[in-house]
Amino acid sequence: MASERFQKRSSDTSPGITTASLPDIIFMLLIFFMVTTVLRETEIQVRTELPDAEALTKIDQKRLISNVYIGPVIRGPREGETAVQIDDALIEEYSAIRTIMYNQLQEEPRLIVSLRIDRESEMQVVNEVQQELREAGTLRINYSSNPAVNQ
Amino acid sequence: MAGLLDKRRSKREDAETPTSSMADIAFLLLIFFLVTTTINVDTGIGMTLPPQLEQEEPPPVQERNLLRVLVNARGEVLLDDNMSSVNQIREEVRTHVLNYGENPDYSDSPSDAVISLKTDAQTPYRIYIDVLDEIQMAYREIYNNIARSGNLPSGESVLDETYENYEAYRESLGPEDDDLVRESLPRNISIAEPDSGN
Repeated sequence: MASERFQKRSSDTSPGITTASLPDIIFMLLIFFMVTTVLRETEIQVRTELPDAEALTKIDQKRLISNVYIGPVIRGPREGETAVQIDDALIEEYSAIRTIMYNQLQEEPRLIVSLRIDRESEMQVVNEVQQELREAGTLRINYSSNPAVNQ
Repeated sequence: MAGLLDKRRSKREDAETPTSSMADIAFLLLIFFLVTTTINVDTGIGMTLPPQLEQEEPPPVQERNLLRVLVNARGEVLLDDNMSSVNQIREEVRTHVLNYGENPDYSDSPSDAVISLKTDAQTPYRIYIDVLDEIQMAYREIYNNIARSGNLPSGESVLDETYENYEAYRESLGPEDDDLVRESLPRNISIAEPDSGN
């Protein structure tokens, strides 16, 4: 009796939900994530092992960020030497930072300079770079650091 | 024998590969990647550098309002000429900022208080960040207390509502709104210029 009923019902129902639009939805999601994800396009030539800190703030607006890397060069003839990298190139003269940053500031007045500095770097280099940033007028900086594992 | 095979084949012909499960598989993959991918949010300690001065002299700060934090290359800390250590900084900054003119060694009022951080040329960046972090955390704790109570440490009321912490208050602000907590108790951290001499 019960099985009969079941059979009857199954024959009545339509073959299934239309799944034709599902791939479209998935594609839409996939494209959304592809568009929103920012891939790292610069090759980092200096080692930047970031320090740990507690009082962290997040920068949501990725477009405002310009990265400055400071740390020992990973490979090549200058290996181990502390160097400054902006975009793809190592900076030879610190005074060049001024021009680069000034130009970036003209394009984006709300620029935030994210300083990604190796934890073992000496403050002398950091101070020199900061002086250059002051000259350029890019005063909003961010000492990039990792969240500290709480004690 | 051959007939049997043929019969079977013809029976299978109308049975297509079920494509309805493809969407499920794709969804599963999508969810897997969604969960595993961490969108890299840049975190760090935000600071504002002092603008390049036209004239040489920075504005004078009264001695009692200034808390000098000196860090040498070995990570030893000098707080207003007293030997100290990194974990004492937070407490010291808090007493300095929230003194309200009580102790003549500390600040007149929170808005007058200035923390000046100075390092040696050879100080490792890691130690500099440690110290800066302690100073920032001291302020953050003060701000958290204000956000929780809605009142300044002096008892004056600043916020109409109370919040879980300062972060929650910040998130409740619109882009045009002013940060009342920060305005009523500004954070004056001076990253001192390096000495040209040594």
